[in-house]
Amino acid sequence: MSAGQRWRNWRQTEAANGLLMVSPTVIYAILMLAAPLGTILLYSFLTDGYLQIIREFTIANYVEAWTNELYRTVMIRSLGVSMTVTLVTVLLAFPIAYFVSFHVEASKKSMWLFLITIPFWTSYLIRVFLWKVILGYNGVVNSSLLGIGVIDQPLDFILYNVNSVVITLAHAYAPFAILPIFVALEKIDRSLLEAGQDLGETKFRTFLRVTLPLAMPGVIASVLIVFIPTIGDYVTPQLVGGPEGRMVANLIQLQYLKLDNYPLGSAIAVSAMAIVTLVSVIFVGLNRRYLKGPK
Amino acid sequence: MMKGGWFKVYAIGYLLFLYAPIIILPMFAFNDATVIAFPLSGFSTRWFSAMLEEPTLRIAVKNSLFIAVTSSVLATTLGIFAARASTRYRFPMKTGLMGLIMLPLVLPEIIVAVSLLVVLLGLGVNLSLWTVILGHVLICTPFTIAILSSAFQSLDQSLEEAAYDLGESAASTFRLIILPLVMPGIISSLLISFTISLDEFIIAFFLAGTEPTLPVYIFSQFRFPAAVPVIMALGTVLVCLSILLLTIAEYFRRRGIAKSGGKDTGGFL
Repeated sequence: MSAGQRWRNWRQTEAANGLLMVSPTVIYAILMLAAPLGTILLYSFLTDGYLQIIREFTIANYVEAWTNELYRTVMIRSLGVSMTVTLVTVLLAFPIAYFVSFHVEASKKSMWLFLITIPFWTSYLIRVFLWKVILGYNGVVNSSLLGIGVIDQPLDFILYNVNSVVITLAHAYAPFAILPIFVALEKIDRSLLEAGQDLGETKFRTFLRVTLPLAMPGVIASVLIVFIPTIGDYVTPQLVGGPEGRMVANLIQLQYLKLDNYPLGSAIAVSAMAIVTLVSVIFVGLNRRYLKGPK
Repeated sequence: MMKGGWFKVYAIGYLLFLYAPIIILPMFAFNDATVIAFPLSGFSTRWFSAMLEEPTLRIAVKNSLFIAVTSSVLATTLGIFAARASTRYRFPMKTGLMGLIMLPLVLPEIIVAVSLLVVLLGLGVNLSLWTVILGHVLICTPFTIAILSSAFQSLDQSLEEAAYDLGESAASTFRLIILPLVMPGIISSLLISFTISLDEFIIAFFLAGTEPTLPVYIFSQFRFPAAVPVIMALGTVLVCLSILLLTIAEYFRRRGIAKSGGKDTGGFL
């Protein structure tokens, strides 16, 4: 069999058809995503010269990124904010997903999901700015609390610090957390719940022993889909964070656009992604037993 | 139903939290004061007329529309290839390749932005609207695949086989049978990518060079307190526009699912 014949035969297979069809998208992703990410990794090991990059291998950027007091503080803070946001978002989201899946009529489920996703699609910048208005010194929260006499002075611990960053991000990522949990809950066979109760479990025990474990794949997906992008959020810390709410994205932007130090910026970016990946892998590992599919 | 009672109270409270910024937005857009704070002072539409006379805003809108239209067409095209391949065929390294394509869904946008910036500057490419499009296509594609996969998944393969049996080629089958059936999914995917691109800030901020896009313009105006009321008016217009676009997208998504007889699992994501 000649090479041409073999090629024609291979061309007829399902694998070849699939690969050929997916190739434009894959090539785009390799050129615009994989290659640039590789370049960042490479840059993080190069030396920064004034207005140019010296092709000399070094780990000095990583030493700087991990030992400099400022960078370390920002990195730890970002990780803390991301984890808090994830916890708050997922805890608040679960009852909503549960409500829509179990208590809303089938015909109205789409409408509820639509209502939940609408705020997510409206201008992110303006939404973040409005949180500044809500939480500010003369803002909605303070005016209402002053108005009904709960406080005598405007609260000032809710804007320009980590708290306001957490509130704003928890708002921004809410739909991301609700949808995966909802999908997992929808998949649960309702007869399992009836079986649990027929066997004498209370509703609450049935929830803990049947519903929750079966919903865990959705919860895990929510955690990852909130945790990973929030650590790199730039707009929220920039607008509502104030000096003590700055996060790693602000640092990366500073290195790239203001200080022109690409190697250090790359090292910070790579470090942040490495930490996020590590935390995510550990988290998934700890929840391994929930992710096994039905036999 | 009483047992859902507390859940319903919680759900309504939660929706209030979700909608709080959007409810407040028009209050300040129509408020007759330069300072964005309570109490409100009076009704006025002057911020809307001021908005129409902003020359930079006009350029920014034009740029953003160009980027959003181009990105959504390109992303949907790439999405069609990937969604069709992943729902119809099994091929080697499928999980890995699809994982790479879907990666921008979770990757922080700033990472996408700086990595593209480094490569483009390294290659000597001048930053322009096209470099923003390169980035936007990348982040829109996973969303288009998510929408299009459900459209392709609900296709009945026997229709396609019947077309082959009747002598149609692969290309004409795709054009005559498959395309019309997934059309609602394609429209919905175009609208969603358009909305994402129109609202995207970070990538445009890094890759647009000196050209303003709408979000970059909005961000720059936040530095000037006097410019903020106009931005509130602009925001109100944008919110109305995106609700309109999403409603149309949702309509087509549902119609597509109904057309091919699938079950609605709800949501865009």
